[in-house]
Amino acid sequence: MSEIALQVNFALNIALLLMLIAVGVAIARMRSLLAAILLMGVYSLVSAVWLIVMDAADVAFTEAVVGAGISTIVLLGAILLVRAGPVRHNWRMTIAPAVLVLGVGGLLVYAMTGLPEFGDPASPANAYVGRNYLIQTPDEIGVPNVVTAVLASYRGFDTLGETVVVFAAGIGVALMLGFGPRSSLPPLPAAMGDHHVVLRVTARLLIPLIALFAFYVQFHGDLGAGGGFQAGVILAVAPILHALVFGLHETIAALPVRAVRSIATLGVLLFAGVGVICMINGGGFLDYDHLFPPGVEAIIPPGLLGDPDHAHQWGQHFGIFFIELGVLLTVAATMVTIFYGFAGRAVEEP
Amino acid sequence: MSVAATHFNYLAVVVLMMIGLYVLFSTRNLIKQMIGLGLFQTSTALFYISLGKVSGGTAAIKIYADSVEGRMLAAPLDPDFVQQFGVGGVVYSNPLPHVLILTAIVVGVATLSVGLSIAVRIREAYGTVEADEIEAVTRVDAARVGRDP
Repeated sequence: MSEIALQVNFALNIALLLMLIAVGVAIARMRSLLAAILLMGVYSLVSAVWLIVMDAADVAFTEAVVGAGISTIVLLGAILLVRAGPVRHNWRMTIAPAVLVLGVGGLLVYAMTGLPEFGDPASPANAYVGRNYLIQTPDEIGVPNVVTAVLASYRGFDTLGETVVVFAAGIGVALMLGFGPRSSLPPLPAAMGDHHVVLRVTARLLIPLIALFAFYVQFHGDLGAGGGFQAGVILAVAPILHALVFGLHETIAALPVRAVRSIATLGVLLFAGVGVICMINGGGFLDYDHLFPPGVEAIIPPGLLGDPDHAHQWGQHFGIFFIELGVLLTVAATMVTIFYGFAGRAVEEP
Repeated sequence: MSVAATHFNYLAVVVLMMIGLYVLFSTRNLIKQMIGLGLFQTSTALFYISLGKVSGGTAAIKIYADSVEGRMLAAPLDPDFVQQFGVGGVVYSNPLPHVLILTAIVVGVATLSVGLSIAVRIREAYGTVEADEIEAVTRVDAARVGRDP
């Protein structure tokens, strides 16, 4: 029984990796950009399943929503704008890259044999800092999902950096492609045609559910797989679906460009602001144990927020809550900004 | 087990990484190059996650050893193994690579968008996204103003 369970896990691992390689080869050989982009979506979904086998539930969640959702939309928007035809093939141009790739690959395979065995619990990567996070989290942070604890608290400064990078990328896209539809474009005719009626009705039902699911993922992130990054991307899907079905002008009327920009900024400010509040109250930057001023924890009645022995974790809980909210706002607004940029530049066909 | 079996994941990562690198170098189409870069980036993610896997482990979400789930997860494993490498009677995979890759994926799509928007602007300025045609346009422009390219 024991061996079989582990062997099934290992066999799934190998089968999914072989599928990934097959899809990767297909992408490399594909001359149609549209087919390559759709295969990238397949690649992301297969790798999401593989991530579940690897116990990386949070990463699988992210890969599924980002890889198969947002990045496909962005890539499709880009090929619409560049009007790219099939990729040209030139046999002379494949020889040098093939030699280079074989050489580099050979060196990497040689280096790889020195790595610890797959699944080794005593390897340096697994035995020290990762294990310490698992041991310390229940006492120091108090949230069941260790990935959230590391992301939001232990490595909060790192996550702030990632959030700012996402924000900066959003600004970059907006500066290059514009914040929304170009004023020179004529507005779209409002009614689309009755053959879209099924789409419109379904979208009307789905959009609130998608937004609701995003908030579930957001607030459930402490307890299970989920968190601000995943929820932000899911939340961004709601306006994007609206724009795809009802037209970009309708979406911008409901969710103005200025509001999206402000929300993205607000998220980064909220994240950094929590860090500054911790400093004002006598701790380090993003040290949530000092989120509340000294003395506040003493006046909260014991047992109000769970275990009184873990009163020091209230700061952690509130700190994680606020910075995850900041991540949600920034990621969602940035994804919508990026979409507005690509979609607004396209000359839409009536 | 042979090295091919114990290191299969790393081998697969190298193959995927080289596919990405090959796509990047073998085409002059900027969009296809971004796709190759995406493959390359994903292979790095697979490498990190492979390193963090612990055999017999589960997702790093705390469960109690005396719960139904805890007993189910520990049952197929050697008790000494659980004692040595588990935390509170349950063996978990390493959460740290998960955190790094989770944020890297979201940052990856944001930077992919920046790259694609640069490609869109290049298309608008040069009328093509093929790198060799862009070079040809630049050469013609340079010749027109009487300077060497």
